[in-house]
Amino acid sequence: MLNLLLFMVSCVITNNFIFSRFLGCCPFLGVSNKVETAVSMGIAVTFVMTLASLITYIVYHFVLLPLSLSFMQTIAFILVIAALVQFVEMFLKKASPSLYSALGIYLPLITTNCAVLGVATLNVNNDYNLLYSVLNGCFGGIGFLLAITLMAGVRERLESSKIPECMKGFPISLVTAGLMAMAFMGFNGLVK
Amino acid sequence: MSKDNKLSKIFLNGVITENPTFRLVLGTCPTMAVTTSALNGLGMGAAATFVLIGSNTVISLLRKFIPDRVRIPAFIVVICTFVTMIQLIMQAYLPSLYAALGIFIPLIVVNCIILARAEAFASKNPVLDSAVDGLGMGVGFTLALTLIGAVRELLGNGSLFGVNILGESYQPMLLAVLASGGFLTFGLMLGVFNAIMNKIRLKRIREEAR
Repeated sequence: MLNLLLFMVSCVITNNFIFSRFLGCCPFLGVSNKVETAVSMGIAVTFVMTLASLITYIVYHFVLLPLSLSFMQTIAFILVIAALVQFVEMFLKKASPSLYSALGIYLPLITTNCAVLGVATLNVNNDYNLLYSVLNGCFGGIGFLLAITLMAGVRERLESSKIPECMKGFPISLVTAGLMAMAFMGFNGLVK
Repeated sequence: MSKDNKLSKIFLNGVITENPTFRLVLGTCPTMAVTTSALNGLGMGAAATFVLIGSNTVISLLRKFIPDRVRIPAFIVVICTFVTMIQLIMQAYLPSLYAALGIFIPLIVVNCIILARAEAFASKNPVLDSAVDGLGMGVGFTLALTLIGAVRELLGNGSLFGVNILGESYQPMLLAVLASGGFLTFGLMLGVFNAIMNKIRLKRIREEAR
């Protein structure tokens, strides 16, 4: 039980997908202008990462391994993720139009979010079982949500501050992210 | 415009004018993750260049056969094929580099630069142009990664391509090779690059005014 708890905490904080693994930096820098949109994006990513971990686990262990097709891993995973994102989009459109309109434009972008393919590949590389894979996806996603929300909060303030011409936009965001990553490094002793 | 001139223009467009890392800021994840040393940056850039040339060529060849509605999945399958090829090749012949780059080799599939070039260039242009565009973008990406890697390695380790440069007395700035150093170095270098580009632009405007 304690192991599980530590694993969850490490997924969110010490092994944060953005600050320590550099996965999902494109949406992290691209959609962190406003807190609201950042939260929507974070929730959408968490949702897809959890489902993707579950489904890629099943695909890998029950289809690719028995057929000894594990060299097809990347291609199988990306197709599964693309199909999954499409399916989630269609389902949300029917089931919850309000959530769909909130997440709408971000869902297709998630297919090319490296955090999703990254979590699937990490699960396989680390030989996680089903429970750990799904937890890795879910709490990794929550870590992403945390990071992108914090970043959006900082960036809203940056809008109104004086920044040298050459540092406007991406450069200052990257430096901010660097400082945040440094703060997150402080948690390193928390989990072995 | 003569043929050679056009090709060299496409090539230089990728290397300088639309440099994927410093101008378009695409593919940021591998840019920061693997650039802990110049050699890793070079290796990642070379792998991405291979995939870019291959996917651009094949997609350009198939551009008249791929239906518009399913083009994105089709592009991804083509890109994925080349990524799997380079993954297996590196695993067999360059195991240490493969281990250093780790998860970021399969993740070339979701590198925005490659899909962006397939969509914006290869699906609309003839084969030779597309291959040259892939080469140009790849070289631009490689140069940027190697440069960032070199700066981080020099600061964090006092060496360049594994050779000690700054000598024993240099106290390495460990931060540069850690995760947060990736963000910081890339951000500051991007700032410097922007400053230089702005200077050049201002100079050009002034010359034209004269």
